[in-house]
Amino acid sequence: MNKLLTDFLYMLTQTEISKIEHELQQVPVKKAAVIEALKIVQEERRWVSDENVDDIAALLGMSADEVDSVATFYNLIFRRPVGRHVILVCDSISCWVMGYEDLKQGLMDHLQIRYGQTTADGRFTLLPNACLGCCDHAPALMVDNDLYQDITPVMIKDILAKYK
Amino acid sequence: MIETPLTGNIKPGVSLDIKAYEAAGGYQGLRKALQQMTPPEVTTLVKESNLRGRGGAGFSTGMKWSFVPMNVEGPKYLICNADEMEPGTFKDRWLLEGNPHQLLEGMIISAYAIQATTSFVFLRWAYKKAAQEIRRAIAEAHAAGYLGQNILGTGFHLDMHLHTGVGRYMCGEETALLNSLEGKRAVPRAKPPFPQISGLFGKPTIVNNVETLCFIPHIVNKGAAWFQSLSRTGDGGTKIYGVSGRVNKPGAWELPMGVTMRELIEEHAGGMQHGYNFRGALPGGASTDFLTTAHMDVPMDFTSVAAAGSRLGTGTMVVLDDHTCPVGFVHNLEHFFAQESCGFCTPCREGLPWTEKILYALERGEGTEADLEQLDLHTRLLGPGNTFCALAPGAMEPLQSALKYFREDFEQHVHEKKCPYGNYTH
Repeated sequence: MNKLLTDFLYMLTQTEISKIEHELQQVPVKKAAVIEALKIVQEERRWVSDENVDDIAALLGMSADEVDSVATFYNLIFRRPVGRHVILVCDSISCWVMGYEDLKQGLMDHLQIRYGQTTADGRFTLLPNACLGCCDHAPALMVDNDLYQDITPVMIKDILAKYK
Repeated sequence: MIETPLTGNIKPGVSLDIKAYEAAGGYQGLRKALQQMTPPEVTTLVKESNLRGRGGAGFSTGMKWSFVPMNVEGPKYLICNADEMEPGTFKDRWLLEGNPHQLLEGMIISAYAIQATTSFVFLRWAYKKAAQEIRRAIAEAHAAGYLGQNILGTGFHLDMHLHTGVGRYMCGEETALLNSLEGKRAVPRAKPPFPQISGLFGKPTIVNNVETLCFIPHIVNKGAAWFQSLSRTGDGGTKIYGVSGRVNKPGAWELPMGVTMRELIEEHAGGMQHGYNFRGALPGGASTDFLTTAHMDVPMDFTSVAAAGSRLGTGTMVVLDDHTCPVGFVHNLEHFFAQESCGFCTPCREGLPWTEKILYALERGEGTEADLEQLDLHTRLLGPGNTFCALAPGAMEPLQSALKYFREDFEQHVHEKKCPYGNYTH
């Protein structure tokens, strides 16, 4: 990495930059690493800011708009701040048949937020998500990387208590 | 005893490591293919087995491979589509988590058949355990000499990478998947050129589903006739079937291709839950037409389900019961499709949200007779040939069949000005 470019970058850490540079070695054209770069930044910061988009664009030789067009296409790249934990509730067909509406209402009542919102203490963000692929154990949800299956509204409190 | 080549070795909660996999005969197919067969011989064998793609479209796998030009310079790619995101589908998760080496062996043999030197597993983000197991399996296979340079001393070379996605159903469409791997928005590409000629980075590329690739080692080991003999019908092999919804024992099972819906629901899924009656089912995920009680004895293979007016799709069935509103059911599906439309072509981008809004209006008791005509019209305007890819036509399959089989429910919503089932809380 040349000095000039490093100085130009707003705020990516050296760790993020080295991880992105490692990804760049795996692909035939720089642009192909953009999704990996977004994932790397989000892993460190939980979301991707405008400044992060600019930095990724500079590293990959893309325009910021081009990076943003990719970032906003994929539903699991967050372009707004999220809470310490993200709850993804499966809203697809098998879960809907098996009690999704009650589960959703239970979560909203418990957290006192609606979809797309974050609790006032910054602990949870609540989002709907397409089929999680465990339809034989519906309804299901994920909290961060953890999958919970066969959920009823009464289980919500205990599940969420694990996440501080 | 039913033969279950794909899942027979999988134990609940355990992922086979390389030792256990080899002890069960694993990587013998790879040895045979690389040491005793030419690449075209592998392709011919797969073609003869009549293996049809298990991702939903059911295209002949050997035929697909045979379109790859073999005498061109430069890289070729083999990609496993593990972006399992069709609502109601949970079959590949079983194979990915339970026996990752079976998939790797299938991928290495398939890469050999088309002479690819780089391969990718495109895995959906939600499958965290699968990602862990595949990473481990790739490392083990490298260490054992099944991946990398000079595999089994034959001079064949293959690298394998795991790519975990960041969402979007569109990534399962093979050309959109290629765009996503190239770091672009996952919008579909025009065909032709087909990926077999110009795929990833413009190079010849094969994209196959997880279940499809997992069959390859077994076909190489035991032959095309054996594979055919597993099936009850003309479409070869076993199939992983699944049932979800209000049945007693929802689950997935590897069964001979061509079992009936009745066997799946009554025997394997333990019948309907007490107090619930069967009204219909989507036989293979969200984008397949409903089948009803009249179709209980249709063999669940590609050909017979198509003849019954639907598609086998992914083979994982979602059941509609008599306490669940068919209009609400279809509204849920169209909400999904409208949300997942990539927005690239107009009929899909505009038409799907419109159908979703009409269905929601019906559920709220605000629907009219003219709305039903609009829905009928949309099933034609968003049907095959009018959109860039298969997303919108797929979205219209459950809607058109619901309008046909459950018409009285739609009309009841209009006449009573409410949902008679009261399914929604919002």
